[in-house]
Amino acid sequence: MPTATVAAPRDAKLYKPEIPPDWCPGCGDYGVLTVLQRACGELGIPNEQLMVVSGIGCSSNLPGFFKSYGMHSLHGRSLPVATGAKMANHEMTVIACGGDGDGYGIGQGHFIHAMRRNVNLTYIVMDNEIYGLTTGQTSPTSEPGMKTKSTPHGNPEGQLNPIALALAAGCGFVARGFSGDINHLKSLYTQAIQYPGFALIDVFSPCVTFNKQNTFGWFKERVYKLEDKGHNATDWNSAMERSKEWGAQIPIGLFYKNPNPKPSIDAADPALQGKGLATIQKLGLTAEQRKKLIEEYV
Amino acid sequence: MENEIQVGIGGAAGDGGASTADNLALTSARQGLHVYVYTSYQSLIRGGHSWIRLRISTQKVNNVNDQVSAMIALNQDSMDRHLQELAPGGICIYNGDKVKPGKAPEGVQLCPLPVFELAGKDALPIMQNTVALGALTGLLGLEFQSLSSVFEHTFKKKPQVVKANIDASKAGYDFAVKTYKKIANPLGKTPAKLAMVHGNNMIALGAANAGCKVYCAYPMSPASGVLHWMGAHGPSLGICVRQVEDEIGVANMTIGAGQMGVRAMCATSGGGFALMTEAIGMASIMEIPVVMINVMRGGPSTGLPTKQEQGDLNQAIGASQGDFQRIIMAPTSISDCYSSMEEAFNLAEKFQMPVLYLSDLLMSEGHMTAETSFLDREFKIDRGEMIFEDKGNGNYLRYKDTPSGVSPRAIPGIPNHLYVSATDEHDDDGVTISDVYTDPVTRKRVVDKRERKMAGVLAALPKPKLEGPADADTTIVTYGSTWGVVNEAVARLNKEGIKCNHLSVKYLVPFQEKEVTELLKGKKNIIVVEMNKGGQFARHLRAETGITATGHVRKYDGEPYEPKHVVAGIKEVLKGKKVVEAESVEPGWRTPHPPGPGVLSTSSAH
Repeated sequence: MPTATVAAPRDAKLYKPEIPPDWCPGCGDYGVLTVLQRACGELGIPNEQLMVVSGIGCSSNLPGFFKSYGMHSLHGRSLPVATGAKMANHEMTVIACGGDGDGYGIGQGHFIHAMRRNVNLTYIVMDNEIYGLTTGQTSPTSEPGMKTKSTPHGNPEGQLNPIALALAAGCGFVARGFSGDINHLKSLYTQAIQYPGFALIDVFSPCVTFNKQNTFGWFKERVYKLEDKGHNATDWNSAMERSKEWGAQIPIGLFYKNPNPKPSIDAADPALQGKGLATIQKLGLTAEQRKKLIEEYV
Repeated sequence: MENEIQVGIGGAAGDGGASTADNLALTSARQGLHVYVYTSYQSLIRGGHSWIRLRISTQKVNNVNDQVSAMIALNQDSMDRHLQELAPGGICIYNGDKVKPGKAPEGVQLCPLPVFELAGKDALPIMQNTVALGALTGLLGLEFQSLSSVFEHTFKKKPQVVKANIDASKAGYDFAVKTYKKIANPLGKTPAKLAMVHGNNMIALGAANAGCKVYCAYPMSPASGVLHWMGAHGPSLGICVRQVEDEIGVANMTIGAGQMGVRAMCATSGGGFALMTEAIGMASIMEIPVVMINVMRGGPSTGLPTKQEQGDLNQAIGASQGDFQRIIMAPTSISDCYSSMEEAFNLAEKFQMPVLYLSDLLMSEGHMTAETSFLDREFKIDRGEMIFEDKGNGNYLRYKDTPSGVSPRAIPGIPNHLYVSATDEHDDDGVTISDVYTDPVTRKRVVDKRERKMAGVLAALPKPKLEGPADADTTIVTYGSTWGVVNEAVARLNKEGIKCNHLSVKYLVPFQEKEVTELLKGKKNIIVVEMNKGGQFARHLRAETGITATGHVRKYDGEPYEPKHVVAGIKEVLKGKKVVEAESVEPGWRTPHPPGPGVLSTSSAH
């Protein structure tokens, strides 16, 4: 399992390209990025062994600010793109990322199926409960009643619960972090990257410009760590119970980690044993393979 | 000497008509006879009606012919629908215990079979097909040995099934040969070594032979055959096969794989292709090679899931927002579906762009024979400028501005070549310019760089050519699957003294404007034959060359062209009609739809 190997730690600076992020000052995504650089350093993953794939949105600009191979793909499509990348070269560590609108709105269908499919990749959702890049409309995780540009009279719709959804969809690693607590977040990242299957980390990453409701302060007052409350992360039912908490107390940390994970789809696929497909340079059928296949038609 | 016959097998879905046709086709192929098979069927799993036409010949055949001369009616409905279509000298085989004969047309022999007596009272109902197939084998002059060897091959793990089939078919064979007259020109043999293939299998086998390593799809008729082949063979061939939640996911997953440096492909039909389109622009701006197959069927919307049409050319040309580079090509026959995969992958990788490959139901679901030597060929693999290892040269620019527009592509995983590919506009290093104040200089330069690749593509394409007498002043222009039937029609017209030739256009984008214009220069009549109502290809030809066709033959009733439709259409155009809309008028297509019992609508997936 190449992604689970812990190599000698590397300096987090090695993952910083020359180009600095251009997010708004104070954006939660800075923390998400910095921690990802530290986590990859801690695991000692060489830059060239990392493929970071995003969708579209403020947070999806992350690959441009992270020194590795990357794809800044289409709105909502980071997961199928990342899945294709993993299938093509399962030896690489693949990280998908994006925002709540990207992953839980337009990309919702892929989100559910990527978890059901159980591809070995880490999915970081920078969840700010708003559409930021389009200047502040309601998102699937916006709270009911929230006033935004698209819902000036208050959000009339319900709020999506990504944690419960992930648990229901069979995700083997379900966690929530907070961009305001970076050491805690780093430990979730390293665990997620090492988990041999699909790992979701929903990260509260406040939008300081367009979400005046769910601010850093708002989250700081409410979040508590599951591990401080003796939560058993191998128990799916208690994870489901905890996932329902929202309000005065909001849990962060590891909700669920499957203690007996089945092999991920890339590990189980007979075509993906051994070296990454992309590294195979002799292409095409052998004479014997071709002969056998033609035989079927005579 | 050409010797051929067209056989029809009619029955309800679930009656076993398809396997009867398969066995007849294989029996013929084993005698070196060329076969083309087209099935007209309903979107049902059980019931309804399906009509399979098999054209069997000592010469190569690429399309259905006009008339049927022999038929097996597996049920009463088939007898009622099709008996009147039989040509003089024809034969109609049916289970005399179950099916009542209609009034045979002049010179047609009714051949009832006493199936209970021949197969035994305890035989399974499906054995009527085997008895009928045996009888047909005898009356067509095929060797019984060829048929029995097909049973031995098909059921090789079940000796008792082989015996039951051989016994029943032999009983039918002997009875028919003893009781009825053989057709006037029995088919005989040729030395050709033939395989019985269909277009979707050719696309899949071609892709495998071209080194495809990742295949993604969502089920959709008539493209699902590619997925089925890949599902069955992928694991042992080292091809990763994923059935994805929708075609948006399919296209994006394929592109994700392509980015990593594998040859990746997906296939769908028009509705699924519509969902894929946003991603096509992504592949183009990120310069990722992928091959995307659209197996066209009758549209719009769900349209006719099991019928033929060339209606998606406009969609392919207009797919995805923005002004971008891609290749659109259309194979011209079932066997060309195989060879074209070699070309599609090479073009995609050499020029780092999506290749849109327009097959259609006619090719993808049609069956025909192909020489085994044609299939058994190593494909030439040309991956273009790729970097597979770190040579420590530093300063790598993924989107380097080069004279050809092609930038050497490093596959992710190599040290010192890091880059991020973005759907946002980007510079040579992949750094986005979408968030800067403005950068018209870079924008123009990178657009020009990508567009330069199209000149390279154009230079790499094989040149189009006229088929038939070059000096004819009438040229029939087509694209894609109508190649075979139009060639046959053109040959007939020339035989009748109407001099004409045929230009089949394989590459829709980039369009070989110069060559096509040159070939059509000075022609008095330029007649476009295509399969849609609006004349999409004629409009494309005009848009690309300024040439306005003088006449049009179109068909959009769901059934393929037969040579007679094309011949008659061209004659009418030459008499002055501007647009001829051909249709299939045989009684079999016209009988009222019987209420189907317990039918389950399905196979379309959309």
